Amino acid sequence: MEANNIQLFSIFGIFIVMLFIAGLYCILMTRNMMRALIGLEILTKAVTVLLILAGYVTGNMAFAQSIVITLIIIEVVVIAITAGVILSIYRHTNSLDRSTIRDLKG
Amino acid sequence: MTIDLILLVMMTIAALWAVMARSLLKAAIALAVTSAVVTIIMFRLASPLAAVFELSVCTGLITAIFVSAISLTRPLTHAQTIAMSKNKFRRYWYLPVIMVIAAAALFLLKIKVDVPLPQVLAIDDVRNIMWNLRQLDMYGQIVLILAGSFGIVILFRESDKDGS
Repeated sequence: MEANNIQLFSIFGIFIVMLFIAGLYCILMTRNMMRALIGLEILTKAVTVLLILAGYVTGNMAFAQSIVITLIIIEVVVIAITAGVILSIYRHTNSLDRSTIRDLKG
Repeated sequence: MTIDLILLVMMTIAALWAVMARSLLKAAIALAVTSAVVTIIMFRLASPLAAVFELSVCTGLITAIFVSAISLTRPLTHAQTIAMSKNKFRRYWYLPVIMVIAAAALFLLKIKVDVPLPQVLAIDDVRNIMWNLRQLDMYGQIVLILAGSFGIVILFRESDKDGS
């Protein structure tokens, strides 16, 4: 890898790791299911930027773009379905708190 | 490089705002801002097609899904919000600290990225790759989108039994 690309990868990599930590922390610490979904979305953002960066650094821009387009499509389907599931849970339990889902416990 | 750095800092701050915002609606808006900044970063990294997808789908569609889903739930009262935000602050103030420590550690360690580069594909057109090289994936995506749309219709419909 060229020295210029290594520097670019290192700088972007630091911010991507920060984004990843924010998303992971959000999923682990929150009790609100909708906010956990926002955390999942932030995690996906980090992966998207990483894929584009890898494509840019290695010179496989077209392939990276096609992978990212697939990722975005799957992401939106996952988010929409999960939002629907969360709304169904909300209609049953009248709460968005994940600690209230105890029906299948044990 | 300076513009890239400003954009990266903006992206991180917007993501932090999305995680730490008191109301869910503000968190959804912060997420849209993060997506918009990611779009500009993608343009800077010479990926216009993926950037357009990111802008239209992540900034537009996903924000619309979030806002509609949040509007279908009952918001907290003012007193509940204040009580929750105190508790939330206690749980979330570690996050910026952890992020800064991780960034400083990565910066100081200077981990060498020395992996062998993959072979550069001969095709350099996204449309060519999507419709010729990854033909089977495209069919899979079409099925996935159909499954997603049916799932949304079933999950978001109003229940007739309880009249809600």
